[in-house]
Amino acid sequence: MAIDREQLLHVAHLARLELREDEIERLEGQLNDILAAVSKVSELDLADVPPTSHPLDVVNVWADDEPRPCLSVEDAFANAPERDGNFFKVPPGGAA
Amino acid sequence: MIDTLRLTAEEAKRLLEAREISGAELFAAYRAAIDDRDAELHCYLHVCDDPGGEGIPIALKDVIGTKGIPTTAGSKILEHYVPVYDSTVVERLKAHGLRILGKTNMDEFAMGSSTENSGFGPTRNPWDPERVPGGSSGGSTAAVAAGLAPWALGSDTGGSIKQPAALCGVVGLRPTYGTVSRYGIVAFASSLDQIGPIAKTVRDCALLYRIVAGRDPCDSTTVELPQPIELPEAEDLRGLRIGVPKELNETEGIEPGVTERVNAALGLAQELGAEVGECSLPRSVDFGLPCYYLIAPSEASSNLARYDGVRYGFRAKGDGDIRSLYARTRDEGFGDEPKRRIMLGTYALSAGYYEAFYGQAQKVRTLIKQEHDALFERFDLLASPTSPTVAFRLGERTQNPLAMYLSDVLTIPSNMAGLPGLSIPCGLSEGLPVGLQLIGPQFSENALFRAGHALEQALGFDFVPERLR
Repeated sequence: MAIDREQLLHVAHLARLELREDEIERLEGQLNDILAAVSKVSELDLADVPPTSHPLDVVNVWADDEPRPCLSVEDAFANAPERDGNFFKVPPGGAA
Repeated sequence: MIDTLRLTAEEAKRLLEAREISGAELFAAYRAAIDDRDAELHCYLHVCDDPGGEGIPIALKDVIGTKGIPTTAGSKILEHYVPVYDSTVVERLKAHGLRILGKTNMDEFAMGSSTENSGFGPTRNPWDPERVPGGSSGGSTAAVAAGLAPWALGSDTGGSIKQPAALCGVVGLRPTYGTVSRYGIVAFASSLDQIGPIAKTVRDCALLYRIVAGRDPCDSTTVELPQPIELPEAEDLRGLRIGVPKELNETEGIEPGVTERVNAALGLAQELGAEVGECSLPRSVDFGLPCYYLIAPSEASSNLARYDGVRYGFRAKGDGDIRSLYARTRDEGFGDEPKRRIMLGTYALSAGYYEAFYGQAQKVRTLIKQEHDALFERFDLLASPTSPTVAFRLGERTQNPLAMYLSDVLTIPSNMAGLPGLSIPCGLSEGLPVGLQLIGPQFSENALFRAGHALEQALGFDFVPERLR
């Protein structure tokens, strides 16, 4: 499977990456090389093999529903690039 | 005079307890070593002042969140980020009196095998500054090798503790998945990421692992250890069955000097009483790397979605709406490797490709786990080189991502299966350290420490880089 320029720009949009022209050109070659290598997984017939998403058999880990200390409002804003009162300030949404 | 190049954490602990040295003297000795040698090596991104106390100092990979101390994960996108809480591992270290010496350099977001992908410049190998220390925990392994820390914590997703430990001639443990909390750690690929110890000796590794391991209510993937961790004492390997998977030992690209040192170590294991037998992992090695480079980037693309310039971290300047802010912040903030992996992962998870890539890779992962499980019915541990090569030159693999990815071809398969692995130095090739990788079943850390310690004693490897002796 190969990725062309149009697909690459679509994926960059999905990933919210505004790539520069030189990055697009470099990435197209590199991603195709990597995809050619990883596509090897399709050589195996694994129709009957269950997937592994997690290496341990840990299921349904619940925490007790008990209140405990959490971050203060000031701590939550400590690293904010821009703050307006108790809000993170960002530019307007713009067109979709 | 404290010789930080030779001092082990265990010996430091003894000297402190006997009051032969003070905590302040010990911390100052490491700070002096850092002042002396780190301008050349660049192991540290941030160095801390002595917080006081009598505990042993420790270096932390900069992926580990530290309250009030900058934590960048080697990325410009987190350049000025200062966590407001400690990760669980740091809480545990502090509860044992350990003192943070500083935060160590790493490949950006732990993506890399040479520490050259750091947003803040590469670390150099203490054995030869023209060469890389490996990665992504290269700052931690180089700091321990160069006497700039008695021990350190790193993180390992595809080999990021084991491989740089091998290239720097130190001991590194990638623990069983789920035994060390990731709460407060910058996430890369969550079904693979593990925190683990890096030290000069196997016993130091065991001591540090004992401090950090165990269930954490803040990380629901963690479990309690089935047995307490024991400090290894035995100097023989009687009764131990070591399997040597031929694919892990004969894969194309393993340097002859590496094979020679590993075979010599296996011969020594036999002399110490171990049974050593050949075995096979027919698909785990061939398919491990492709499987990893689908699963890890997919998880990374999701984990790195949080860096958007809104709540913390870097924000791009300029006008535009919020969508443009996200996209420019991420383009300017991330380096090349995270971008490659975000793109690859987003593609592999996107509609129409999910089953063929991510879904198929998860099934390959099952095969890899089954192949390893089958071998552990006949063997207690498996052995191979940790890295196919000794430390390579800076710049040698930076232009070719696939060549860099191959650095981890021998560490990835067992990582996919959630298995613990220990790398110990087993000699030199071309004057550079060679690592022996020992792999065990889940929760077999005690067996790994026992075997590693006995071999370490028999090998008598001098962990001080020749040029610093």
